Amino acid sequence: MPIALPRRALSRTASIASLSLLTGCDFSDHGRVQAALARVSAWNDRVQAALFNPHKLAPTFAADRAVKDFRYNAWYGPDQAPALDAADYRLRLAGLIENKQPWTVAQLHALPQQSQVTRHVCVEGWSMIGEWSGTPLRVFLERIGADLTARYVGFECADGYYEGMDMASALHPQTIMAFRLSGEILPRKYGYPFKIRIPTKLGFKNPKFVTTIYVTNQQPRGFWTDRGYNWFSGI
Amino acid sequence: MKPRPAPPPGFEEQRHPALLRLAHWAMALAVLTLIFSGWRIYDSSPIFPFRIPEAITLGGGIQAQLAWHNDPGVATAIAWHFAAMWLLAGAYLTFLLYGVFSGHFRRDFLPLTPRSFLADFVAALRFRLGHKLGEYNAVQKLFYWGVIGLVALMLTSGIAIWKPVQTAPLVSLFGGFQGARLVHFLGMSGLFAFLLVHVALVLLVPRTLQSMILGRARMRIHSASGAKE
Repeated sequence: MPIALPRRALSRTASIASLSLLTGCDFSDHGRVQAALARVSAWNDRVQAALFNPHKLAPTFAADRAVKDFRYNAWYGPDQAPALDAADYRLRLAGLIENKQPWTVAQLHALPQQSQVTRHVCVEGWSMIGEWSGTPLRVFLERIGADLTARYVGFECADGYYEGMDMASALHPQTIMAFRLSGEILPRKYGYPFKIRIPTKLGFKNPKFVTTIYVTNQQPRGFWTDRGYNWFSGI
Repeated sequence: MKPRPAPPPGFEEQRHPALLRLAHWAMALAVLTLIFSGWRIYDSSPIFPFRIPEAITLGGGIQAQLAWHNDPGVATAIAWHFAAMWLLAGAYLTFLLYGVFSGHFRRDFLPLTPRSFLADFVAALRFRLGHKLGEYNAVQKLFYWGVIGLVALMLTSGIAIWKPVQTAPLVSLFGGFQGARLVHFLGMSGLFAFLLVHVALVLLVPRTLQSMILGRARMRIHSASGAKE
């Protein structure tokens, strides 16, 4: 069969393709498109909660695989990171918690601790193995008489960040209040006095400089979730 | 296996039932959405020393997205990606089930032997490979099996990247998290190359587009290669 290139059809298709690409840029910016994507994202939250196995542990690695100079990541530079002083730092507790007495750094450090060498996975795609040590959040929540049947745990941070997670993820054995990175007291830029280290969720679900922990039945907002990222963000 | 309805004498014909057309266009829409949004996601942390120009990625205008989200459209691109993945999974599963149970795969994509592939491949390189509407040559058959496999690879490597903790054994199969990202990118490249060839061939034989839209296309048999039967 002789083959003749239908040039007109070719150029027409090409121009339609380029047109739809150009308008595709603006298409995403429509409120209705954003609202529809948000609805799918909320549905994905439910799927992920169902997929989450509370007993499945994140892979752990040999200590020598942990990166010593861990990547700094925030929307501000490391020199602008909050400098919290142990002398006047108090961890505030709120919501469905029996004993809301604030905690000092010394009291926090007296809690039982464990280490983990796990992979931190950023929503952008990069990942890095680090060694964190601290207290399982479950141990702390039990200690303060938190209502463990409540649906969520929320966090407020000294840098204006805020996050939250489902109770099942908060009670996961590898979800810790990390006081140390690579064996050293958590340096200021990484979130002193502690960050939540949760290897079953994306990096942005690991809030730093935590100043308030609250327990609630209303889904806590998240800093990046408010900027369009998926809320559950389990991995 | 259902017999193929015979076209009138002197004609060659291609038929695509409604379910197959629906699955085809749903997969097309899903794959394009996934590729273009995937490029925006890739740009936020490239694994190769190049970026994909943002103008041809899906995720919104950078300035509009920055004003809206304080984020250069990566959040929107991810939202597109994780919406289109359901469309692809659903359409692909429909296509597979249809292909197996209707006999479409056996009838149209088989038999396929290395010898038949080689013969048709050489003929294609010499521009001597005929095209008969409704019948696939060995090169096309291998192409379709290839793209069926590629989509499976994209779905599995995508799940590995999405849920590296919940699907840890799958991740090790890809050689770790970074390996899964690499496979996902290379699979995308293969899928994109397939799309280019696929669309180019459709432009050469536009009747195939007609049958994929309307369900049926006919052409008068007018060549030696078409009159083999």
